[in-house]
Amino acid sequence: MVADNPEIPLNRPLASPSIVTRLHGLVVTVDHKKLGLMYIASALFFLVVAGLQASVMRLQLAFPNNNVVAPDTFNRLFTVHGTAMVFFVGMPIVAGLANYLVPLMIGARDMAFPRLNAFGFWMFLFGAVLLYFSYIAGPGLSGHGSAPDVGWFAYAPLTGRAFSRGNSTDYWTLSLLLSGVGSLSSSVNVVATVFGMRSPGMTLMRMPLFVWMMVVVSAMMFIALPPLTAAQIMLLIDRFLGGNFFNTQSGGSAVLWQHFFWIFGHPEVYILMIPGFACASEIIPVFSRKPIFGYSAMVAATTMIAFVSMGVWAHHMFSVGMTSVGNTFFMISTMLISVPTGIKIFNWLATMYGGKIRLELPMLCCLAFLFQFLIAGLTGIMLAAVPFDWQLTDSYFVVAHFHYVLIGGMLFCVFGGIYYWYPKATGRMLNKKLGLWHVALFFIGFHLTFDTMHIPGLLGMPRRIYTYDSGRGWEILNLITSIGVMFQIAGTACLAWNIIRSARKGEKAGDDPWDAWTLEWATTSPPPEYNFESVPIVRSARPLWDLKHPEDPDWKYE
Amino acid sequence: MTNGEALYLADETAPWRLPSRRKVAIGCLILTESAMFTIFVVAYLFYIGKSLTGPYPADVLKTPIVSTICLLASSLTIVMALRSFKREGIEGFRLWWSATIVLAAIFLGSTAAEWKRLILDHHLTISTNLFGTTFYSLVGLHASHVIIGLTLLTLVLVLSLKKSIRRADGERIEMVSWYWHFVDAVWVVVFTVVYVIGR
Repeated sequence: MVADNPEIPLNRPLASPSIVTRLHGLVVTVDHKKLGLMYIASALFFLVVAGLQASVMRLQLAFPNNNVVAPDTFNRLFTVHGTAMVFFVGMPIVAGLANYLVPLMIGARDMAFPRLNAFGFWMFLFGAVLLYFSYIAGPGLSGHGSAPDVGWFAYAPLTGRAFSRGNSTDYWTLSLLLSGVGSLSSSVNVVATVFGMRSPGMTLMRMPLFVWMMVVVSAMMFIALPPLTAAQIMLLIDRFLGGNFFNTQSGGSAVLWQHFFWIFGHPEVYILMIPGFACASEIIPVFSRKPIFGYSAMVAATTMIAFVSMGVWAHHMFSVGMTSVGNTFFMISTMLISVPTGIKIFNWLATMYGGKIRLELPMLCCLAFLFQFLIAGLTGIMLAAVPFDWQLTDSYFVVAHFHYVLIGGMLFCVFGGIYYWYPKATGRMLNKKLGLWHVALFFIGFHLTFDTMHIPGLLGMPRRIYTYDSGRGWEILNLITSIGVMFQIAGTACLAWNIIRSARKGEKAGDDPWDAWTLEWATTSPPPEYNFESVPIVRSARPLWDLKHPEDPDWKYE
Repeated sequence: MTNGEALYLADETAPWRLPSRRKVAIGCLILTESAMFTIFVVAYLFYIGKSLTGPYPADVLKTPIVSTICLLASSLTIVMALRSFKREGIEGFRLWWSATIVLAAIFLGSTAAEWKRLILDHHLTISTNLFGTTFYSLVGLHASHVIIGLTLLTLVLVLSLKKSIRRADGERIEMVSWYWHFVDAVWVVVFTVVYVIGR
């Protein structure tokens, strides 16, 4: 990723460096762009691995009384799938996008603390490796256990010594502790960078919405991740020092774990979702040829989501037996979230309204996102209603709901982001035909799988069962759900092939292929190590528009 | 297009000032540490009076007044140390800074003595009952922060004795002091929860 700028003489050997040199370069790098791409590449790798684990589960559930995997294996599959998707796919994509784009968008030359940045990446990567290493090392000396099988929220007392022998749960705990430290260091870095390194003239209300949302997400991590870390430390104390935090035999409370986990767990959903909003908020204006509608309302809505999301956690626990006051409070606070999210959806629609919409790949992904996220939000409101939740909690309806949020919402935005910024990171366009195949196949597969999945939930199919009897009316629905997975696999394969192939053979992109307005498009593609030759001066929220249209700059109207 | 020359519009606005990234980062660190302590404090409060067997806090805990005074005083001495660093000379700084270290060490020593008494005389360990579990985790989490702080303080002292601290490092030292104030403030909460409410 060294600059290919012919004007600048660089002291580098003429022959391309050996593979060892290049790998060594990756290990020692502190460059925010390399680290960002490493985050995203690892995230996509784990997306494929955890996605294949999900595919095995769908294969098992495709027919009643199926015997593809044993019940124990199935438990491990859904635990590792869930944990990996949240912590080793979602979180690193967030960190990767923030790392790569935030300094470029605010006109900085690197993150505030480049070495801390590298530290965060390696903590995340080794945390992820530790989780998968448990398949080999979980049995430990005692010979019990393998990968963790306690579910991604690991309710007590399942995690107690008596019920989880061997070291499988410990691998889960340590892996999340490590990657949690990594995520925190990267979010501290993002906030310090944004507040301390904006280029002259870039006031807070001139920052791209992407940057705003990444700051809010980082701030949420400061509050939301430590409860998980604290709970993990307590679990370690219970398991290794004989502590009693979650030991119901000596007065400990299993429900306390649920509270601690979901105090982290619910904001986490928004920590994953808001970066999706961030991508959409950059892509939709550029492909509608209009500035974002209601910039300050978007900022306010994002901040409101952050605040309200801290007070909704117990809606995951309606069936645990809280007081009716507790149930009502968490029902209302949860429904309150739909206000700022609604504001956002209307702002995106209003941005598109009357615009010259270009149906390029990033925009297609965002359009799919808008429809899917709306449905995900509607099922969310359904589940927020306590009586409805009592009926459907821990059923496939819930599984369908949150996959709708995270795949239909976040992942589609991330796909959009990949199509949008890939030319910036590599200097080459992704192939449009392959891209259309990917989006179409994935779209079809997503809807086959997750639209259908709601219905067995309504019919009473509980989540996390490894098989079911025939004759309940679930067979054909489960088969359709599983068939959808094949389309998703085919779509993902198109994306992977596109990413690999276009890096060498893609059409040259130039500096600004989409005619965009934010600062990352003002430098070369890929950007040189120092990002900008001279620090840009900003006078409006669309600095590149001002540069391209000196006769009609934005700052005249601010 | 590449070098953004034209972005250099002559800007007539006031000089561009940004907050120090070090201060922002330490502020964030303190925020996130506070969130973690909050969870341990909540666990402690939640489990007050829920132990099924003894020993109970009312029987075995003694209010650590001297060590609390020492720790709170260390917040004052570190302020004095920074003041002399900025105004006077390195000697005053070293003196006040060493005083801070001594006070912190006294605090840690008295915690160690308290734990020794609880473990040997009262047979209260982390696995005895809920009180033991929550007490040792909360006080231990705080003590581990004191240990980190003490390490940082000692490091700064050693560097200043080796004369490798310059005036420009003022902000770095100030950040150590922010962290130290945070550790002290947390103790106020821990003290209230463990020795006042919890007994």
